[in-house]
Amino acid sequence: MTRDGTTPPFKFPHRHLLGIKELSADEIGGLLDLADSYVALNRRIDKKQDLLRGRTQINLFFESSTRTQSSFELAGKRLGADVVNMSVSTSAIKKGETLIDTAMTLNAMHPDLLVVRHADSGAVELLSQKMDCPVINAGDGSNEHPTQALLDALTIRRRRGQLAGLLVAICGDILHSRVARSNIYLLNAMGARVRVVAPPTLQPAFAERLGVELFHDMREGLRDVDIVMMLRLQQERMHGAFVPSLREYFHFNGLDYDKLSLAKPDALIMHPGPMNRGVEIDSEVADDIDRSVIREQVEMGVAVRSAVLDLLSRHLPNNAETP
Amino acid sequence: MSVRQVAYRNARLIDPDSGFDGPGEVLTRGRLIADFGADIFSGGIAEGTEIVDCGGQILCPGLVDMHVFTGEPGAEHKETLESVTACAAAGGITTLITLPNTQPVIDDVSLVEFVKRRARSRGIVTVHPMAAATQGLRGEAMTEIGLMRQAGAVAFTDGRKAIASAVLMRRLLSYASRFDALIVQHVEEPSLAQNGCVNEGEISTRLGLAGIPDVAEAMILERDLLLAELTGARYHAAQLSSARSVDIMRRAKRQGLPVSCGVSAAHLALNEFDIGSYRTFLKLSPPLRREEDRAALVGGVADGTIDVIVSAHDPQDQDSKRLPFAQAASGAVGLETLLAIALEPYHNGYTDLLTVLRALTVAPARLLGLDGGRIACGAPADLTLFDPGRPWVVRPKALHSKSKNTPFEDRRVQGIVSRTVVGGETVFEREESQNA
Repeated sequence: MTRDGTTPPFKFPHRHLLGIKELSADEIGGLLDLADSYVALNRRIDKKQDLLRGRTQINLFFESSTRTQSSFELAGKRLGADVVNMSVSTSAIKKGETLIDTAMTLNAMHPDLLVVRHADSGAVELLSQKMDCPVINAGDGSNEHPTQALLDALTIRRRRGQLAGLLVAICGDILHSRVARSNIYLLNAMGARVRVVAPPTLQPAFAERLGVELFHDMREGLRDVDIVMMLRLQQERMHGAFVPSLREYFHFNGLDYDKLSLAKPDALIMHPGPMNRGVEIDSEVADDIDRSVIREQVEMGVAVRSAVLDLLSRHLPNNAETP
Repeated sequence: MSVRQVAYRNARLIDPDSGFDGPGEVLTRGRLIADFGADIFSGGIAEGTEIVDCGGQILCPGLVDMHVFTGEPGAEHKETLESVTACAAAGGITTLITLPNTQPVIDDVSLVEFVKRRARSRGIVTVHPMAAATQGLRGEAMTEIGLMRQAGAVAFTDGRKAIASAVLMRRLLSYASRFDALIVQHVEEPSLAQNGCVNEGEISTRLGLAGIPDVAEAMILERDLLLAELTGARYHAAQLSSARSVDIMRRAKRQGLPVSCGVSAAHLALNEFDIGSYRTFLKLSPPLRREEDRAALVGGVADGTIDVIVSAHDPQDQDSKRLPFAQAASGAVGLETLLAIALEPYHNGYTDLLTVLRALTVAPARLLGLDGGRIACGAPADLTLFDPGRPWVVRPKALHSKSKNTPFEDRRVQGIVSRTVVGGETVFEREESQNA
């Protein structure tokens, strides 16, 4: 247990958590170990800690979110921080303030931790350059969503013992998915093999350069995999621009028992949520208690975010751990 | 013997796929070709076998026409699926591909099934539908290519309309490649072709009509070929009309791109001056162009740059054609004149017979993933028997189409179909005295 003030058993030199890209396998492993210790805390009746007492955490969401925002909020509150949620609606952005100005404004309020989601890739990194406090990327455009990849990894690790050697299929809208990118980086770093399964219109150019195997046909892509990660298909992509229709998408790219039968018999089903039942995943499959770990992913989310807040707060000035 | 057997003897057998051209015989059993060769009946012919004496005429795989408009559904007064197959049979065509430009547009699984079912129950030749590439042919959103492919659509196109948006074309090519589905384009930049009804050049100036420059075709062809290269997808330009396009296509093929193109028989035989005094039956889309363009198209067929020859059969009634040129509908019927017109470059010494027949049989069959278009054991017993040299005169009244808008009225042509066989059954046989 590292929450009670002992030095972490690994080095985590990063001030911010902007992406998985920047992390080494050791850092990811250490982060997951720490997160593991928070799972039990979140199951206790008294969940309140005072690790972050007196600290201010701002959740700055330029894009609406339910689960990620509440997950960060719970994680912060359970560690004792004062959490402020700021949802910057599009209308507020239209008032004309630039991202840099928003950062300067926030910085003047002296937050200790800043959690940011933004619709543009790279926006969180840009913002972090102007902030004096640690910044956590809660999803930026189609770039990264590091805490999602970490919670997915924690879910898999708790079920399968380790990530190395597993064959993982990430299926759906890869092109627009920050979840897919973070997961690809993480799984590759940890020694898993990654397949990407998507219609050609939803596969990014030169995706094979990310170190994955590409599949267009889901039946081929799912053959003998240990883990099936489904991605959400955004409404606006469904009607003719990238795929012709919901029914065609479900027919060829939706996860049903027929396609799932090609995966390993004990293959786990994951989804970052929110699900479109009947679009990318069959309802029955999503609810299959033997296979689907979708609800478990949500639980791991809080633990992972607790661990991230814990870890980054150790770099804060005036911290007991700071020499 | 319950299965029907037919022996075709005394023929000049031509199979463009293998390149065979010589005296030969064919035996069909049921719907398939059972045997063929120079002398397959030396051991005698099984009892009950029907014998057809081909009289030394050419017996070749049934023609495959991949560009046919029908009026059904929606404009049955112009042509029905039944009447279009009757024209096809009289023209030696055993497989025809319908375009989706009907009312309603063929852009849904149920409509693909309707065309197939209707053609099967009423038609006498094989019909495969092409489905719309975009919903309602509106050029905005792609159709259910995967589901319609499974339902039997052989290719995807907006028919008379070009897919104008580059990003949509890119996504279509990319998406269709997952199903190995062919995207067929009407190569014409719509903004440059606006209101145009003839080739832009001397003819448009003399007649005072809005012209369509040949670059309207060239630029969209170039664009599409770049997108085909980017996506690695298969692409087919439905009809070329200009020398410039032939050059572009020749270069793309040399580069090894998986692309192909077609030409209509009319564009091989006619040029812009045949329009004469506003003859609307020669208003075609793409328009007839200069004589140099026509000659280049023939050259494209001869050297294999142009893969397929189509009829571009487009039945239009009096109401749509007896109008001022600019207001008249485009298109001409062509199923029954396809073979004779396509043979003109051969008769005139510009290309050989095998090349012409390849572009009418195995080439389109291959592009569309169909089994026909060749003479081989186990292939469908689709055969065309024709006399390549016999002269006849095109008489609109004698055509089987419900619409008589042929641009070849009173033209003297050579080469006539005497028998058409689909799935082992003779669906058309010309009387000895009968002309066309």
